Amino acid sequence: MTEEETMLADMARGYLDGAMPVSKLREMRDAGSTHNAATWKEMADMGWAGVLVPESAGGSGMGFAAANVIAHEMGKTLAVSPFLSSAVIAATALRQVSDARAQSALAKIASGEATYALAVDEGIKFNPESAQMDARGDGNGFRLNGKKQFVVDGVMADRLLVLARTSDGLTLFDIPADRAGIDREKSNMIDARDVARITFEDVEATGEDVLGAVDSAMDVLRPALQAGQAALAAEMAGLSAGAFAMTVEYLKERKQFGVEIGKFQALQHRAAHLWCEIEVTSSAILNAGRMLDENPENAELAVSLAKARATETAILAVQEGLQMHGGIGMTDAFDMGFYMKRARVSAEWLGDYSYHAEKVANMRGF
Amino acid sequence: MTLNPIDEFRAELRAWLNENCPEEMRDGLMSEEGICWGGKDWVFTSEAQKIWLGRCASKGYTVPTWPVEYGGAGLSREQEKVFGEEMALVNARSPLESFGIWMLGPALLHFGSHEQKLQYLPPVARGEVRWCQGYSEPGAGSDLANVQTHGADQGDHWLVNGQKIWTSYADKADWIFALVRTDRDAPKHKGISFLLMNMDDAGVETRPIKMISGISPFCETFFTDVKVPKEQIVGTENRGWDVAKYLLTHEREMISGGGAGLSGGGRALGAVINDTMDEMGATLRADAMRCEVDTLAIGLTLERYKDQSEAGQGAGDASAMLKYMGTELNKQRHELMMTAGGSDALEWDGPLGNRAGDWLRTKANSIEGGTSEVMLSIVSRRVLGLPG
Ligand SMILES: Cc1cc2nc3c(=O)[nH]c(=O)nc-3n(C[C@H](O)[C@H](O)[C@H](O)COP(=O)(O)OP(=O)(O)OC[C@H]3O[C@@H](n4cnc5c(N)ncnc54)[C@H](O)[C@@H]3O)c2cc1C
Ligand SMILES: Cc1cc2nc3c(=O)[nH]c(=O)nc-3n(C[C@H](O)[C@H](O)[C@H](O)COP(=O)(O)OP(=O)(O)OC[C@H]3O[C@@H](n4cnc5c(N)ncnc54)[C@H](O)[C@@H]3O)c2cc1C
Repeated sequence: MTEEETMLADMARGYLDGAMPVSKLREMRDAGSTHNAATWKEMADMGWAGVLVPESAGGSGMGFAAANVIAHEMGKTLAVSPFLSSAVIAATALRQVSDARAQSALAKIASGEATYALAVDEGIKFNPESAQMDARGDGNGFRLNGKKQFVVDGVMADRLLVLARTSDGLTLFDIPADRAGIDREKSNMIDARDVARITFEDVEATGEDVLGAVDSAMDVLRPALQAGQAALAAEMAGLSAGAFAMTVEYLKERKQFGVEIGKFQALQHRAAHLWCEIEVTSSAILNAGRMLDENPENAELAVSLAKARATETAILAVQEGLQMHGGIGMTDAFDMGFYMKRARVSAEWLGDYSYHAEKVANMRGF
Repeated sequence: MTLNPIDEFRAELRAWLNENCPEEMRDGLMSEEGICWGGKDWVFTSEAQKIWLGRCASKGYTVPTWPVEYGGAGLSREQEKVFGEEMALVNARSPLESFGIWMLGPALLHFGSHEQKLQYLPPVARGEVRWCQGYSEPGAGSDLANVQTHGADQGDHWLVNGQKIWTSYADKADWIFALVRTDRDAPKHKGISFLLMNMDDAGVETRPIKMISGISPFCETFFTDVKVPKEQIVGTENRGWDVAKYLLTHEREMISGGGAGLSGGGRALGAVINDTMDEMGATLRADAMRCEVDTLAIGLTLERYKDQSEAGQGAGDASAMLKYMGTELNKQRHELMMTAGGSDALEWDGPLGNRAGDWLRTKANSIEGGTSEVMLSIVSRRVLGLPG
């Protein structure tokens, strides 16, 4: 990491330890809440919501590597916020469009005034190209009919980016989440996060609501997905590091057979192996951030590599973490379970291991 | 238009390579037979190999990051990257590989006196002197600090007696750097000296050992009353362990590079898999995909650590991580190459050449330079701070 990135990470850590420790997530879960507007406003004031919004549109314009740094710190303590959905995915999509409407939407993201959710999945697996939601032309406009699921931040979001099929391809719509005909149902997620199943019934949209060009959703969506996948990978690496830190601490403190369990080589080697995996994954994530900043047209391999590695590493980190905690790891009163559940949800979001490994293999000539 | 310095360097280098790299040396070969090891008894496998070594050595390109006065080209990390890219672009063979480059050089640059550097490094850079590594002994493998080879103080020299084992290419090397106990009363890490010995000296004897892959690259090495002048110590008497450990971090980084397939050689797994796509099952393809993901990520990690470390300083304790991950991956990759090769891969010098020999050779990767278990223990103690 560069010096600037290290400073950003330290600053983020300082803030998150106070505002969003894991205990906050626990409180929110127990209270049945999934969004904390006050902390999101604070994050916006620190420039995080506008991390990818150009300074000309009121953002901090720090870039993709910086977004990854923030996401990584958020992951360490499982901070809940619409950072990925709004500040990374939606902002990147809007950046692909240069009209005045997009500029003002970006400004609203940066200030924290507007939040977004991405509605792509229709089945159990991420596969945007196969979206079937109907958005047939209706006079001058469109009518959206169909169902979306696993819409992260879909309950709290003010606006939705909806992928739907038009006459000659896929089109991305940017519409208010409370438009007539939209029905949002909260999914009861294992990780207590804001996720929705959304039904669209004759939802009217106009040409104004189209982000980018009709039938060309991927021009706008592809960069947005890549940014989201990279930041999610960074968040998962942070999650891995968080679970790992808890585990190493526990190995140094828990005694059995009259000694710290960290003295047992069987556990030392498992912990050391996990550290190695986390290190290797960090490299893939740093690389993805740099590629998105410096060479976005060719970032696809780097991004899929990062998400694939981050997925495997996070799943390993929580499993090893839980195992090395023994019985206490299984208790709800202990935090490891939160890490395990978030890892599983994040593994699935925006493409699982095999989705991304397949992409890597294809790009590498398999 | 004026180019910035790094682009200018690239342009000059590209022109130089185009003009100077012989056609026969543009096959990117890194198999055991293709390597130029140098040394006073080296028999060049072709005229082109000789020319290529000579040309590279004259520019300092056999050891691009070493200082110019010691035979290198004094390249910065940024230039070194460009050098690697441009060499890869013409698919150039490495002009010279040796234990002198990988191991002794970094240790001497760090611990040696100016005179020692001037004496020993340029001949390494020119490929004139070949070194081997005398660390392991029958009773000192993972427990390396247990070496028993003894150096008796005779005033102006040590009289060395003892045995080393697994000494790679000891029968072909001109010199050996060896760990020798010079104080039997001190605690085991504090009585070892790092000595340089001439393999032609009276009392040095080597006996090759055959490996499972069919070749005999390593030896038993015996020392009987070998006189080693006092000037031939690197660092301080009885503090050789510091030199030994520092050298190992470089050795480990080098071995891990082979694991990530970065040092060229062999075909990309993808290409091998594609050749046999029709005959192979989905499971093998999936395993190969996983291997490819890890290969790319470990390659990036090696680069990241090179970027992070001061020029030539190496990755320190993290070299244990690089070695462990890189070598375990390399073994896995060669298992997949064997499976992809099917029954063709099962013959010595069969339709797939030396694939079986290469596969067997990789089994040593997680042993030589410190075993995987030892690497994990290093990470556990030094990086994670778990109790010893
Ligand atoms: C769902 C559930 C139901 C249970 N039901 C019962 C029950 O009905 N009755 C009952 O009596 N108990 C029950 N237990 C307790 C269970 O038997 C203990 O959790 C288990 O024996 C581990 O002990 P521990 O939790 O103290 O972990 P620890 O012993 O503290 O172990 C922590 C970690 O250290 C490792 N470790 C410990 N010692 C060594 C060593 N020498 N070498 C290498 N690694 C070591 C362990 O493998 C583990 O990974 C239950 C536990 C669970 C999770
Ligand atoms: C191809 C090849 C080339 C080599 N070249 C050289 C060379 O040029 N010069 C040189 O000096 N040496 C060389 N070596 C030797 C190499 O460094 C040693 O083989 C290595 O350090 C392991 O030592 P050992 O063989 O004595 O195994 P041992 O130390 O006896 O180990 C046996 C097994 O026990 C495990 N083990 C040992 N201690 C522990 C522990 N504390 N905790 C957990 N597990 C443990 C090891 O991991 C291993 O699996 C070479 C080896 C090979 C295979």
